[in-house]
Amino acid sequence: MLQVEGVIKSFDDFMAVDGANLTVGKGEIVAVIGPNGAGKTTLFNLITGALKRDRGRIVFKGEDISELPPYEICKKGITRSYQIVNIFPRLTVFGNVQVAVLSHQRRSSNLFQPAQNIAVKETRSILESVGLLDKEKGIAGSLSHGDQKILEIAIALGNEPELLILDEPTAGMSPEETQAAIELIKRLAQMRGLTILFCEHDMDIVFSIAQSIMVMRHGQTIIQGSLKEVRSNKEVQEAYLGGE
Amino acid sequence: MFKNFFHSKGFGLVAGIFIILFILPLFAPRFYVYILALIYVTSLLAMSLNMVVGHGGLFQFHHGVFYGVGAYAVALMLTKTSLPMWVGFIVGPVVAAITGLIIGWFCVRLTRLYFGMLQISLGSLIWAIVFRWYSFTGGDDGIHGIPMPSLISSLNSSYYFILIILVVCLILMYMILKSPFGSTLQAIRDNSQRCEAVGINVRRYQLGGIVVATFFAGVAGVLFVALERSVFAEMLFWVLSLEIFIMCLLGGWFTFAGPILGAAITVALRTFVGKYTEYWTLILGIMLILVIFFLPEGVMGFFQGLFKPGMKEVAERGK
Repeated sequence: MLQVEGVIKSFDDFMAVDGANLTVGKGEIVAVIGPNGAGKTTLFNLITGALKRDRGRIVFKGEDISELPPYEICKKGITRSYQIVNIFPRLTVFGNVQVAVLSHQRRSSNLFQPAQNIAVKETRSILESVGLLDKEKGIAGSLSHGDQKILEIAIALGNEPELLILDEPTAGMSPEETQAAIELIKRLAQMRGLTILFCEHDMDIVFSIAQSIMVMRHGQTIIQGSLKEVRSNKEVQEAYLGGE
Repeated sequence: MFKNFFHSKGFGLVAGIFIILFILPLFAPRFYVYILALIYVTSLLAMSLNMVVGHGGLFQFHHGVFYGVGAYAVALMLTKTSLPMWVGFIVGPVVAAITGLIIGWFCVRLTRLYFGMLQISLGSLIWAIVFRWYSFTGGDDGIHGIPMPSLISSLNSSYYFILIILVVCLILMYMILKSPFGSTLQAIRDNSQRCEAVGINVRRYQLGGIVVATFFAGVAGVLFVALERSVFAEMLFWVLSLEIFIMCLLGGWFTFAGPILGAAITVALRTFVGKYTEYWTLILGIMLILVIFFLPEGVMGFFQGLFKPGMKEVAERGK
């Protein structure tokens, strides 16, 4: 479904991503791991169009998307959540998700119909599936951090993506919240038949969700393979797993 | 959306205020009727700016230009052509919106302060043309004694005309703000990066917002002509644009009706304090400083915050 081939991105002299390769098959759950500064978030920014790659190819469903702006890439079926909470703080929880649903239904430019009657069912069903329905009237900026991270995912679901990219979905959560979030991600993947690409620091989470793992270091892909293959790879043990 | 509103207490209050405003000219002195009409015109102007500043998050620094363009368009139509007068009233806002489209097309390519700076430059260009082109616009003399249709030729009838158009525009603005377009615009204000990531072409929506806002600014310009029967180049000068911006800040730019309050405060200060001293802006400045320090959400925003606890928290976290 998604192929990243030899992608390079530099900021001035710093090579943030220096030859990343990644394959994500339909329905797969793929994790990207690597030490801090390995280029995971930059890679996600390149895939979603927030940054433009210097060289290499990013192919989604057989189409080269590396030159498209973010809103076009979203329409192709890729959405993401962010490591640092990135929501609409002054809108209600409902409004946050509705913006994405309206955009997906191509109804955002409707000028004279009251928005509160549009796409209500779809928005509520997303809120229900992530467990935020009881807080739908609250102002998003006043939610707890854990709930905001869940809202992150809910917004990304509003576009009914085929590929959902989660950038450290549990960062900053308490252990209980983390557990609930993992259950949620597993359930969503099953219910909606989502393909998921995520990165995460916590190895327990990675090994409990992912079917395939890609390891990055210094912007380069060391290996992508099954859990077993990655565990037994010498270079990975040296670079990452052994170090902890 | 209106079903709930008609049954709410808010509707009774708003309707009551408008009824009082409607019967006021029957016994109020002419001077006060004139000041009220001026407040309506200024309110509409401030509300139109707030659509892009407060709800759209754009640094629309030179909004006065579109007010002036609307006013000049109708003034020139009424004095230089023999077309039916009402045509001019429609042409004014349309010309303002087209000007908004052209200037906005360049500006949305930039963000934040750069957006504002480019707009000031392009707007000042239009001001310079109006200010200098004596044979067409009357230059710094402006245009005076613009003929009005007999239906709105007296002060009281133009007061009613302005009030009715204001109410219609407020309803339209409220609908737009509550529409999918309005919530998308507010989402862009909150987080344009995230909007791009959910498939929204941010620049296109910002441009759309500018066109709508400049259209209403043009309506305000037309109403100004209906009240004053004159136009001046000062309407396009950046000082007025700054004043409208202050009205939005003062009243509360994240609220719907805040700018009306801001406009009323500013016009009242200019009229009643300006009578005694030309330094009335000193008081405005002090008020603004106090508002920024103690009521960062504006006067209206503060009172709304008392009823919506969540918002206050957001504002405080944002500081």
